[in-house]
Order: sequence, then C-alpha cells, then structure tokens
Amino acid sequence: MINWLANPARFIRVSEKAVPWCGWTAAAVLALGLFWSLVLAPPDYQQGDTVRIMYVHVPAAWMALSVYLFVAVASAVALVWRHPLAEVAARSAAPVGAAFTFVCLATGSLWGRPMWGAWWVWDARLTSVLVLFFLYLGYIALVNAFDDPSRGGRAGAVLALVGVVNLPIIKFSVDWWNTLHQPASVMRIGGPRIAVSMLVPLVIMAAGFMLLFALLLMVRMRTALNERKAMALRLNAGAVAPRQPEPEPAVAAHTAIS
Amino acid sequence: MAAFLGLFRRDLSLALRQGGDTGLVLGFFVLAVVLFPFGVGPEPELLRRIGAGIVWVAALLAALLSLDRLFEADYQDGELDLLVLSNLPLELAVLAKCAAHWVATGLPLALISPLLALLVDLDPASIARLFASILIGTPALSLVGSVAAALSLGARRRSVVLSLLVLPLYIPPLIFGAGAVEASEIGDGARAYLLVLGAISLAALALCPWASAAALRQALD
Repeated sequence: MINWLANPARFIRVSEKAVPWCGWTAAAVLALGLFWSLVLAPPDYQQGDTVRIMYVHVPAAWMALSVYLFVAVASAVALVWRHPLAEVAARSAAPVGAAFTFVCLATGSLWGRPMWGAWWVWDARLTSVLVLFFLYLGYIALVNAFDDPSRGGRAGAVLALVGVVNLPIIKFSVDWWNTLHQPASVMRIGGPRIAVSMLVPLVIMAAGFMLLFALLLMVRMRTALNERKAMALRLNAGAVAPRQPEPEPAVAAHTAIS
Repeated sequence: MAAFLGLFRRDLSLALRQGGDTGLVLGFFVLAVVLFPFGVGPEPELLRRIGAGIVWVAALLAALLSLDRLFEADYQDGELDLLVLSNLPLELAVLAKCAAHWVATGLPLALISPLLALLVDLDPASIARLFASILIGTPALSLVGSVAAALSLGARRRSVVLSLLVLPLYIPPLIFGAGAVEASEIGDGARAYLLVLGAISLAALALCPWASAAALRQALD
C-alpha cells in the first residue's frame, strides 16, 4: 500500500477521491462524538460537567504524540530511502501536530483552573508536552529556513529523529515522577480504568480526531505537491521562454539635450 | 588519533586566540547574571533562593551564543568539505570539535561560576554543588548544541533558528543542574540530581556525534 502510493501522481489521483469521503466521515464521527460527550455522557461525580473537557483534551494529547511519531517515522523513511512522498508527509503533518499539541495544552489549562486552582503547574507531564510543542515549532522553523526546500526537509528529518527522545519522557512522566497530572487510565496494563459510559464517547472522539488528521494531512500534502509542481512549471517556463529584446539605450538623446 | 588531536588543538587555539571568543562568552555570562539583581531587587534572601537558576540560565545562554562559531566558519571557508573527505570519521571530527568547544566555553563557565554564586549570596555548600553541576552539565550543552548548529548551517536567520532548536533541548540539563543546587542536603538529594545530569551528558556523548555528523553530511550534500 505504502509502496504503491509512493508515486506522487498516483497519490494525487487516489487522494482526490479519498478527501471528500474522509472529510464527511470525520465530520459525522466528530459530530456524534461531540454530541455524545457533551450531552449524553454523565457528569463526573466529583468534577461535574468540567469532565467534558477531557473528551477533547485526551484525544488531542494522543494525537500530539502520535503525529510526532508519524513525523519521525516519515523522516526516517525520507532519510533512508529518499522516499519522495515521505518528506512531503512529514513537513505537512508537523503544523497539524503542533495545533493538536496547542489544543491539548489549552484545554488542559482550562480544566486545570477549576480543578487544580491554577492555569499552569510545572509538573513533568505538562513541561514535557510544552517541550514537545517547542520541538514542533523548531521543526517547522527549520524546515522553512532554507532557500532549497529539499535541504530544509532533510535538516528537519534529522531534527525530528533527535526529538523522538522526548516521546517516552512524556508517556512515562506520570509514572517516573510524582506529578499533579493523573497517571494513565485508558492505555494501561490491566485494561482501562474508566467507566464505559465515558470510555465510549472518548474512543469516538479519538477516532474523529484521527480522521481529522488524515483529512488535513491529505489536503496539506496535495497542496504541497501542487505547489512544487507549480514552481517547477514556473522554472521551466522561465528557462524556455525567449528573452525579451532589450530596449535601445537612450543615451544619445540625453547627450544631445545636455 | 593524531588527526583527532590535531583538530582539537586547532579549534582550541582558534577559540582562545581569535578575537577572544572565550572572553566574550564569559563577559556575557557575568553581565547576564549581574542584570538579575537589578531586575528582581537586591534582597539577599530572594537572590539566594533563585540564584542557582539564574546562574544556570545565564550559562545556557552563554553556551548558546558560542554555538554559532562551532561549524559556521569552517562551513564558510570550505574546511568542512575537507573534513568530510578526510580519513578521520566525521563522528570523531564532531567529537573533537565539541571537546574543543567545551574546553573553550563550558570549562571556563564552570570555573567562573563560584564567583558569580558569591554575587547572588549562595552558601559554600551550594557553591560547590553549583560548580559540580555546571562542570558535569556543560558537556551535554556542547554536544546537543552541535546537532542544532550543524542542522542550521546555511539557514536564513540562522541564529534565531538555532536558538529555537537548542533551547527546548537544553531544558533537561537545566532542570537537573539547577535542581542539584537546590536539593536539600538531607539524604541523597543533590547526588541523585548530579548522577542524572551525568547520565544526560553521557547519553549526549554517545548519541549526538552521530546526529551531528548526519546533519553535516546533509548540509554539504
């Protein structure tokens, strides 16, 4: 599948069909998930309705990590096999991942104010996610800092791989340190420790976020590929088009007047 | 080995002789620390409380400033191309340059830090811990910084990109470095922090030369 899609022209053709499907499914799943989590799901016995922030916060956090992993894997593929689409995929995914990370931090902050009494605390989980956000920003800045786009892609790929060190730190920060942030309650050994009535909308929201990511990724990749094509066309046109004959110098007239 | 030592000696003498790089970095370090009492007020209790953090942050920024010079001059005059072509593996060449960078910046920063600690009124035990933590932590700063310096070669607005790349990666050494000074003297507090800091430096020593060499190769492609 991956190899078959490696051809950019084929990717453009396939994604053209896939984008509307993906878009409508994402909209439907997100609508269902939002309705379920904001209306149907029960309020928490301690947190009340504030718990509903969790249905956005947790999927956003999962996506923040997964998208970074995606960027890193795509970067490794781009570095090792010089895969033409992998580099485009990595650089297209990064801003989406940065947005998910920001949503995760912002919703966490909104939840923390009523629950912990502070917008922000410097515990290990929060700090490591903030570092992840900065890593995304650094990656985006580096990728766009070169005149030659492929140079930026390769430099970014090395950086993305270096930044992978942060992922296990984020994942296990709640186990290694005594954090204010609660430890994992869904993806843990021994099964989820969360009521089914809350787990179902959470999983639906996670699926919706994943579809949203797939949609945004395809749209951004198509834009990047078209941009590249347009640039190549422009360069070709510039190289082929005959030079305009230069106008005759008007020196003689000037000298005549003076 | 001869090539490694030669490269180390060359970089070191360039850093020490040419325009006083080390002196400039130290000057920046001192000034950055001196600015804080003006900003937060001169109360000794407050300074004692935040002093270690101030010295560490200033050391980070001073190390960041000096990273610009790690590869840039060699990149400009084509020396890096020769390094890539030479018999010395590029990873070892990076290691030699990082070692020279540490001797020219990290070591002087550590040596001068007790003096700055006096300015923020730390007690002798804290000064010893601060000296040890900067001594142990600065190799990680040089090594991690070399990756970012290599990645940003030839970028537009290079120094801004460089600092954006480096500062997030400098957070772990900062946490454990400043933490070592503030750790209580009861039990193993400070020792644990210093051990983690040493682990970070050793991990950087093992991994960063590879990443830097990969970054240099793609920069010269």
